Amino acid sequence: MPVMRYREALNQALREEMRADEKVFLMGEDIGVFQGAFKVTAGLLEEFGEKRVRDTPISENTIVGMGVGSAMVGLRPVVELMTINFSLLAMDQIVNHAAAIRYMFGGQVKVPMVIRMPQGAGHQLGPTHSHSFEAFYLHVPGLLVAVPSTAADAKGLLKAAIRDDNPVIFIEHETLYGQRGEVPENGGPMRFGEAAVRRQGDDVTIIGISRMAITAQKAADSLAETHEIEAEVIDPRTLRPLDLDTIRDSVKKTNRAVIVEEGWPHGGVGANLAALIQEQAFDWLDAPVERVTGADVPMPYSKPLEQAAFPHEEHVVQAALATFRDL
Amino acid sequence: MANGYSPTQVAIRETTKTRKNGDGTAPGDVTKPEEIRFGEVKHDLPDPETCRTVLSKMMLIRRFEERAGEMYAKAKIGGFLHLCIGEEAAIVGATQALRDGDYLISTYREHGQALARGTHPNGVMAELFGREDGCSRGRGGSMHLFDWEKRFLGGYGIVGGSLPLSAGVALACDYLETDDVILSMMGDGATNQGTFGETMNLAALWSLPVVFVIVNNQFGMGTALHRHSAVTDLSRKSEGFGVPGTRCDGMDALDVHSVVSDALAHAREQRQPQLVEAVTYRYRGHSMADPEEYRSKEEVEEWRRRDPIQAFARRLVDEGVLGQDEVEKLDAEAIEAVDESVKFADKSPFPELDSLYDDVYVFTDEVPAWWTVDERTPEVHRGEREREAGQVPHDLAEKGAAYAGVGDRQARKRRTPTDRRQEGAQQGPGEDGEAAEEVEPGTTDPATAAAGGEVGSAEPADEGGAD
Ligand SMILES: Cc1ncc(C[n+]2csc(CCOP(=O)(O)OP(=O)(O)O)c2C)c(N)n1
Ligand SMILES: [Mg+2]
Repeated sequence: MPVMRYREALNQALREEMRADEKVFLMGEDIGVFQGAFKVTAGLLEEFGEKRVRDTPISENTIVGMGVGSAMVGLRPVVELMTINFSLLAMDQIVNHAAAIRYMFGGQVKVPMVIRMPQGAGHQLGPTHSHSFEAFYLHVPGLLVAVPSTAADAKGLLKAAIRDDNPVIFIEHETLYGQRGEVPENGGPMRFGEAAVRRQGDDVTIIGISRMAITAQKAADSLAETHEIEAEVIDPRTLRPLDLDTIRDSVKKTNRAVIVEEGWPHGGVGANLAALIQEQAFDWLDAPVERVTGADVPMPYSKPLEQAAFPHEEHVVQAALATFRDL
Repeated sequence: MANGYSPTQVAIRETTKTRKNGDGTAPGDVTKPEEIRFGEVKHDLPDPETCRTVLSKMMLIRRFEERAGEMYAKAKIGGFLHLCIGEEAAIVGATQALRDGDYLISTYREHGQALARGTHPNGVMAELFGREDGCSRGRGGSMHLFDWEKRFLGGYGIVGGSLPLSAGVALACDYLETDDVILSMMGDGATNQGTFGETMNLAALWSLPVVFVIVNNQFGMGTALHRHSAVTDLSRKSEGFGVPGTRCDGMDALDVHSVVSDALAHAREQRQPQLVEAVTYRYRGHSMADPEEYRSKEEVEEWRRRDPIQAFARRLVDEGVLGQDEVEKLDAEAIEAVDESVKFADKSPFPELDSLYDDVYVFTDEVPAWWTVDERTPEVHRGEREREAGQVPHDLAEKGAAYAGVGDRQARKRRTPTDRRQEGAQQGPGEDGEAAEEVEPGTTDPATAAAGGEVGSAEPADEGGAD
């Protein structure tokens, strides 16, 4: 299988879908001449021209809104926002329009668009550039939410997102763009709502969201090495739709669950998942569901503070061990 | 470039064919220096003391930025670093027009603004280094400098985000019946945000004492002005909203000073907001990770020949205000101040990990509920006990269990919310309580933790973004 970087996998998905469907076009700040702030769109302007690869002014709410409008009448826009923090400027168009339009007009119209954005801490981008907001979007009915953590998922899910007839919030991770992974040759779109079991184990289920799926795998390795605990690691890959079956079946087997996310704890993905798990698998749980989250603060710039403000492998190990405390 | 495509050749030519500027001008490359009529308006020199101040401030900014770039290369500074080299005349010319009581607000490209307003270089450099003595205590970094004493109300990382804030400050100045004015600086790219039009309208509608200065350095990241704005004479962009605009030569501190002074006087006395466009040029990349493939070296060179510092220094020498040796001495002083700031920043400590939750809220004793998660439960939460990371985890879990009694599930059940509340009240919000004393602080070197194989941290800087 070819090995490529996460950003290259995304680039391939865009290229292939644009070749396949004339209606697919891109809009975003510095995606054309500059090739993208994270170089995801490199070379696309050259291949597809200015009509289909559109550099926009810095006007997030309006470019997302234009995406919605063009999608309503038949185009398939893919809008890139430079970071998830800037998507907040477009929250109005995303929540009040993209997500609601099909419902509020009684199903007469659809909004087949993708809004791509990277999130995440680790590069010291400080309090206006490095948060993790998947929980905001998970909250909204009408939106699909993808959080790919590998190159293969990035490609397969982006292709699926572009072909889907719903508005998709496609959340990439800033520190993953350079990561390499195997990507199937001629791979088609993946299905939304299918979790990946990254590692099998009988002792505890660790669910990692976005980049935290990788942190969870590292933690699982060290749990096995140091503590003889075999963790099952699940990467849900999409938060809406959510593959709750895979998660529930795993928890029924291991009787313990740890949820790892980079975002804030209050109202987080983990808070939601913990509720779902206890609703569906309460009788199988041997310990309270543990959550590992980002710190409950705006992301600080200073390196040690930033490192302290998002989860690391050690935290996941601690949380997993905590589910064995009462034994 | 890997794909052999030169953006200036293809994209801009294509644009030229397919698009006309809204103001009827042909979208040529970028503004040519002669287009803004350099040197046509020649102002008399102010008094020698002012000349000296203007020159030395511009020199300080230039030297500071050069050194900051070097410190970034040495990884003393992280994240995004946006330098204002080339824009010194716009910055110093505008800020020199302020009174002490006036306010200043800016974008993320704001080291120069802070220095010009009088923030000590030590505090600015320490902020870039992420240290406790930084002017935002290391929390904000390069994009978020702040200095209450100097009435510098901050740099803001969200393009266009500071515009409503500035109108709000002007509202307060008006409301409180002071005669203070706020100078609100933005980039050319920010004029495309919705906040631009909305702010202009409200500022005009409510007759607020604010002067907007567009530092038009001709690019928003890699997008040249004519490719992002239909109207390229930005001084006209606010007029329809009721805010008159004036264009000035942003490479001439005296021209900027003169136009901004008039605007401030007008805003202060006539209660009408004003806009000034200072046409200038950014010599360096947008940030440190910018390959600058969207413009030619010749274009940059052409603008460098109009260097605002050299031109001003030359004029002062020619007109006998300063000797060449005095000019060199001022520059040496700037270098010395910057050297000193690096030493200071290097010595300043990183913020204590214990302080992670400081200043999320203004705490009051009256509110008996949970504020942030760190004090919400005795459980392991990220950040709160980060110091423990790297210790034998089992050990930690046990300690955690011991201090909170969470090992005993029954005991936990018995701890009612009221109990917790009372504990909270005794402890006082914001304090770590027993958790902090239970384990040895400072056992983890954050630098090692950072390099400890977290995904992406091993990536070289150029793998990051260029935002
Ligand atoms: C809302 C928002 N969108 C996008 C960005 C990313 N970004 C940072 S600077 C910049 C260009 C801004 O250009 P301009 O306003 O001309 O200021 P300059 O950088 O030239 O000083 C962009 C797009 C941002 N910081 N905030
Ligand atoms: Mg600019």
